[in-house]
Amino acid sequence: MSLTQLCERLLNWTGLPVEVWVGLVVAVIIFLFMTVIVLAVVYLFRKFAGFIQLRLGPRYVGPRGVLQTVCDAVKLLAKEDIIPAEADKGIFIAAPLIVFLPAYLAYIVIPFGQPPHFQPKDLNLGILYVLAITSITVVGIITAGWASGSKWATIGGMRSGAQLISYEVPMSLAVLVPVLISGSLSMKDIAEMQGDRIWYWNAFNISYFGLAFIAFVIYMICALAETNQIPFDLPEAESELVAGYNVEYSGMRFAFFFLAEFSNLFVVCAIATTLFLGGWYAPLPFLPDDGFWSLLWFMLKTLTLVFIVLWIRSTYPRVRIDQLMEFAWKRLFPIALIDLGIVSLIVALR
Amino acid sequence: MHFAADYWYVALFALMGVIFIFVALFLAWLIRPHNPTPDKLMPYECSVRPVGEARVQFRIIFYLVALLFLAFDVEVVFLFPWAVVLRELGSIGLGLLAWFDMMLFIGILLLAWLYAYRKGMLDW
Repeated sequence: MSLTQLCERLLNWTGLPVEVWVGLVVAVIIFLFMTVIVLAVVYLFRKFAGFIQLRLGPRYVGPRGVLQTVCDAVKLLAKEDIIPAEADKGIFIAAPLIVFLPAYLAYIVIPFGQPPHFQPKDLNLGILYVLAITSITVVGIITAGWASGSKWATIGGMRSGAQLISYEVPMSLAVLVPVLISGSLSMKDIAEMQGDRIWYWNAFNISYFGLAFIAFVIYMICALAETNQIPFDLPEAESELVAGYNVEYSGMRFAFFFLAEFSNLFVVCAIATTLFLGGWYAPLPFLPDDGFWSLLWFMLKTLTLVFIVLWIRSTYPRVRIDQLMEFAWKRLFPIALIDLGIVSLIVALR
Repeated sequence: MHFAADYWYVALFALMGVIFIFVALFLAWLIRPHNPTPDKLMPYECSVRPVGEARVQFRIIFYLVALLFLAFDVEVVFLFPWAVVLRELGSIGLGLLAWFDMMLFIGILLLAWLYAYRKGMLDW
C-alpha cells in the first residue's frame, strides 16, 4: 500500500473534508513560521543593534551566537511560573492568550507569495479583518496591566492602551489610501493592482503626486507605535516603568507577550509591503516573480522594512508621553485625513 | 452567503492557536520548578516592600482619549465601504457626488476635531 493510499484511507476514516486537513496543516506551518521568524528577527536585531552601537551582540552560543535566541526560548520554557499574590488570577492567566491569538490570526490573509499557494486564505475583507483582529491586542494589554496588581504594570497598561488606540485612527486612515486606489479590501487584489513595475507600486506611483507615499510614511510611523518600538516604546520604557504591562509575567506567559510583539512587527511590515510596495511582485517586469521567486521578493521587501524599523529602534531616543499623544491627534490625524481627501478626489475624477 | 463561507478558516486558526498555547503551557508545566515563597509573590517595586494600592487613580485624559478614539474610529469604519466603491462610482460618473457627500461627513467630524482641539482635549 503506497503512502497516498494510506493518507486517503486515513482521510476517509476520520470523515472530515480535505479542506479542514489542509487548514490544520497550514495552521501548524504558520505557527512554526511565526516562531522561527521571531527567533531570527530577535537574533538579527541584537546583532545589528550591537553593530550600530559598537558592541558585539550575542556571540557565545553556536557559531556567531546564532543559537542564542533558541537558548532564550528554552530558558523561558523552564522558568518558574509566578502568579503574584496581588494578581487577579483569572484575567492574569487569560491576558497573554488575548495578546497572542490576534498576532497569530493576522497571518491568515498575508500573501507571502503568489496566491493561492502562498496565502493561507484570501478573505474578501482582507485588510479590514487585519485591522479588526489586531485591535483586540489592546484589550489583552490593558487586562495584563490591570490584573498584575503592580503599579508599574498598571501605569504601563494604561499608557499602552492610550497609545495603541490613538495611533489606530491615523493607521486606518492611511490604510484607506491603497483601498481607494485598488477598490478592494482583499490583500490579493490590492497587490495584484500594483503589478510588477516599481513605478506602479502604491508608494511610488507618481499619478497620485506622492500622496500615497505620505500615506505609506504615516502607516509606518503608526506601525512603530502599534508595535511598541522605540521611539514610541513608552509602555515598556525600561528606565521609568521597568517593563510596563508585562513586569509581573514570567516564563512561558512572558514568552507569549514577547512572541506577539515581535510577530506583530513582522506582520505590520508584511502588510505595508502588500499595501504599498507591490506585495510579492518583482520591481521590474523582466525579473522572475512566479513560484518561489514571489516568496523571495515578498520576504526581501518585508525584511528590509523590518530592518529599517530596527535601525530606528537602535538609533533614536524615546519621546515623552505628551509628545507622543499630541503628535498622534494634532499632527498625524489631520494630515492623514487631508491626504485621504485629496487621493479620493483623484480616484473619483479618474 | 458564500462570502461568509471562507470564515470557518478563521475559527479553525483560532482553535489551533488556543491548542498551541495550551501545549506550550503544558510543556512548560512539565519541566519548570514550582516553589513559591511570599517574597516571590510580592508585586515588583524596585526591591522595596510595595507602598499603597496598585490600582491607583488615573488622570481623566485617558478616558477622554478613549472617547475621542471611539468617535473617530467609528468614522473610519464608515469610510471603508465608501472607499471600496468610489472607483466604481467614478466610472459611471457619480464619483464627484460620492466624494462631495463623504467630504461633508468628514468636514463635520473635522469641526468636532477642531472643537476638541480648541477646548484643550488633545493636550496631554
